[in-house]
Amino acid sequence: MHIVVDNLTKRFGSLTVCRDVSFTIDKGRLVGLLGPSGGGKTTILRMIAGLEFPDSGDIVFDGKRVNDLPPQERGIGFVFQNYALFKHMTVFDNIAFGLTVRKKQKKQIRERVAELLELTGLNGLERRYPHQLSGGQRQRVAFARALAPEPQLLLLDEPFAAIDAKVRRELRLWLKEMIRRVGITTIFVTHDQEEAAEVADEIILIHQGKLEQKGEPIQIYQNPQTPFVATFIGESFLLEQPWQLKGFEEGLKGAKAIVRPEFVEVGKPHETLHPHAAEKGVVRSVYFRGNKWQVEVEIGSQTVSAYRSLEKEPVQPGEEVHVLVHRLYLFNGEQTQMLENGMKFDPLPVHI
Amino acid sequence: MPGFGLSFGFTMLYLSFIVLIPLSTIFLKTSEFGWTQFQQTILNPRVLAAFQLSFGTAFTAALINVCFGLLVAWVLVRYHFPFKRLVDGLIDLPFALPTAVAGISLTAVYAENGWIGSILQQFGVKAAYTPLGITIALTFIGLPFVVRTVQPVLEELENEVEEAAVSLGAYRLKTFAGVIFPQLLPALLTGFALAFARGIGEYGSVVFISGNMPMKTEIVPLMIMTKLEQFDYAGATAIALVMLVVSFVLLLAINYVQWRTNRRMVSG
Amino acid sequence: MAGSVPTYARPADAAAERPRHINEPVYVQRLLIGLALLFLGLVLVVPLLSVFVQALKKGADVYFQAITDPDALSAVRLTLLTAAISVPLNTIFGVAAAWAITKFSFRGKQVLISFIDLPFAVSPVISGLIFVLLFGSKGWFGPFLAEHDIKIIFALPGIVLATVFVTFPFVARELIPLMQSQGTQEEEAAATLGAGGWRMFWKVTLPNIKWGLLYGIILCNARAMGEFGAVSVVSGHIRGSTNTLPLHVEILYNEYQFSASFAVASLLVLLAFVTLIAKGWVEWKHRKTPDEPLKE
Repeated sequence: MHIVVDNLTKRFGSLTVCRDVSFTIDKGRLVGLLGPSGGGKTTILRMIAGLEFPDSGDIVFDGKRVNDLPPQERGIGFVFQNYALFKHMTVFDNIAFGLTVRKKQKKQIRERVAELLELTGLNGLERRYPHQLSGGQRQRVAFARALAPEPQLLLLDEPFAAIDAKVRRELRLWLKEMIRRVGITTIFVTHDQEEAAEVADEIILIHQGKLEQKGEPIQIYQNPQTPFVATFIGESFLLEQPWQLKGFEEGLKGAKAIVRPEFVEVGKPHETLHPHAAEKGVVRSVYFRGNKWQVEVEIGSQTVSAYRSLEKEPVQPGEEVHVLVHRLYLFNGEQTQMLENGMKFDPLPVHI
Repeated sequence: MPGFGLSFGFTMLYLSFIVLIPLSTIFLKTSEFGWTQFQQTILNPRVLAAFQLSFGTAFTAALINVCFGLLVAWVLVRYHFPFKRLVDGLIDLPFALPTAVAGISLTAVYAENGWIGSILQQFGVKAAYTPLGITIALTFIGLPFVVRTVQPVLEELENEVEEAAVSLGAYRLKTFAGVIFPQLLPALLTGFALAFARGIGEYGSVVFISGNMPMKTEIVPLMIMTKLEQFDYAGATAIALVMLVVSFVLLLAINYVQWRTNRRMVSG
Repeated sequence: MAGSVPTYARPADAAAERPRHINEPVYVQRLLIGLALLFLGLVLVVPLLSVFVQALKKGADVYFQAITDPDALSAVRLTLLTAAISVPLNTIFGVAAAWAITKFSFRGKQVLISFIDLPFAVSPVISGLIFVLLFGSKGWFGPFLAEHDIKIIFALPGIVLATVFVTFPFVARELIPLMQSQGTQEEEAAATLGAGGWRMFWKVTLPNIKWGLLYGIILCNARAMGEFGAVSVVSGHIRGSTNTLPLHVEILYNEYQFSASFAVASLLVLLAFVTLIAKGWVEWKHRKTPDEPLKE
């Protein structure tokens, strides 16, 4: 299903939860609505489903405006955060519900449910009740149930929020595979950027009711277009006076900078690649991060954060080190700019 | 934790003296009086008629309470209307009001010259001094049992479950029948059983409106009273035994329903 | 818990505006509300109003005469006395039982809880009967009591016993689920800080359960003052000495003194109102003291 959302606005009392949001989703795409909690993404999802009513704006499915269409008739499947399984029904009856509502034949229902049990790996569990299932199993039942009536659009509201961290990764990949196989247009809501990056074809970032950026995960990561996106995706820290660093004197006037630790190299004096591009700094603190070191270095009045491989010789607080900032994102309220370190490109490739 | 000996000891002592020992007298006395005595009392036509009346009216009243109690609980939990808080507080009136007061006021209202009784009379319906009157009184008594048992369950129902049904294509009636009602069923059963149990043993609110005509409007508790006044201890005890057994069976049934429900009501 | 009707009803106004797609159309709502109110009106409100109307039918003079009549006054005294004895006794029991059940684990706990609920399942008349069987002239202890000239049945002790039996579970049933959900952590913390049993109870447990306790006492009291069937069996109906208020209402009614009967009944209705209001107030207060920490 091809979806167009146009200038969607929603208010709850005096709070504007959704502000003029517009985007398009092509048929068959797997899109993630990503953003911090309370940012409005679930509201958008629910408006698309018909479970909330926009104050203004249009929702269009395959060219047809569906604002006035009740959820029952929109051809959607919805998976809720806490699954909302029917506790008094078996797994079979839960999955079959959408079909019995449409008054399908018993034989048809049995076949379709069997199909879905097979697809979601729930074979053998059809006689069980929800309270006899694990969290992951319940989620799969919710998924199967939503898919049973062959909807054109699948909507998932934080589908993995209630699952143990260990099971979560497996389930994520499983879900992505399932959706690929079924080929259905899908929108899911999450506040976990890792999840969005891993599962979605495209990410739509929503913050305080506004659409911040839309694009493929790698694009968003490499080319953040707003300060929010730059800080939300990946780790970052703020630099108040980026022009003081070597190689960044020609940036936007009066702009602050967001820097990712992975673009900052810290090294002992004998290690650095671009000795004249690097700044000298003093190590303030060192943290162990499981698979790398995180080093905080003071350069003049500013502090930068950098990652250092465990393979290299460790640095100590108080040690003098060289710091090379490869890239940073400048923003001054109106414009944003991504700037590479100007000094990295050695004007004199040959030292005489 | 300190104080187990003291609290447990006192609890057992108090419980035994106030509840267990007195209740046991029913069983012990009946065996004292013997099986034939028991049979004679119970199979007496007047006594059987009383049983039929008490159980029948209690059943009907509990059924009415299930239907209207569900309605009242629904309206209180899901809708808004003026003075809703007041109405909600009023539901507990039958709990708080002495049964004798309920008895005389219901009689006054449903008697032939009473406010509602006179209206009914025009339709040829007699309420006071008939089984109908008894049923009305028992409906009054049993009302809070159903409403207060269903209310919390209704309040706990997640919107999401109904929304799931909606997203799967169900409209209001199907959602109610297929999703909401089955979840309310255990509470309705419990409420029914509680109202029924209370109804068969009710005395004060019924004894005025019933008229106490032998074979017609004599309820079982009254029969016990009558036998006591005639010093027919054996008879009174025999009837009491039957009532106790029925009450205990109902209690077990209620327990069972609640146990089954609690197993299933894990979120998911 | 066996036969437990949740007497602690949650606030009826907690429902926010319900979304359209999971609610009935407005005309259906209005219809259902109307039906519900009609039912409640017929069954609850009308009888309630009639008490006052009947009471004042013969005028205010007759009303005041009826409630200041010496027999009526002694009935009031007896009712108050009975409640003053039964309620504290059952309260102490309720607290002790709740403490034993919720702070410790032992076999047969569920059975104990079911036993505590028993009086609820027993018809009031039977509740009186059992004490007659024990202490009546033909009862187990009958001869013994007659010998020592102790009167239980047809006297105050009998009335108190029957009332204690009938109102037995109220406080315990309120406290048990409450204390169960509160657990033992706070008491254990007090123990590590050196508090002994009684101090722990007074300073830690009691403040936590105060609203539930008050609630149970209010209900216990309402039933104690209003009990009819059980007391009717054990009392002997002797005007002026073994008549409680409900029994007095019955006597007047049976003598066709309707207005007087309703006049005395109206006192009990006022008691019921006070009970309902007190109940509502306690519920409100309990809601206002949340157990969860405030959001930062």
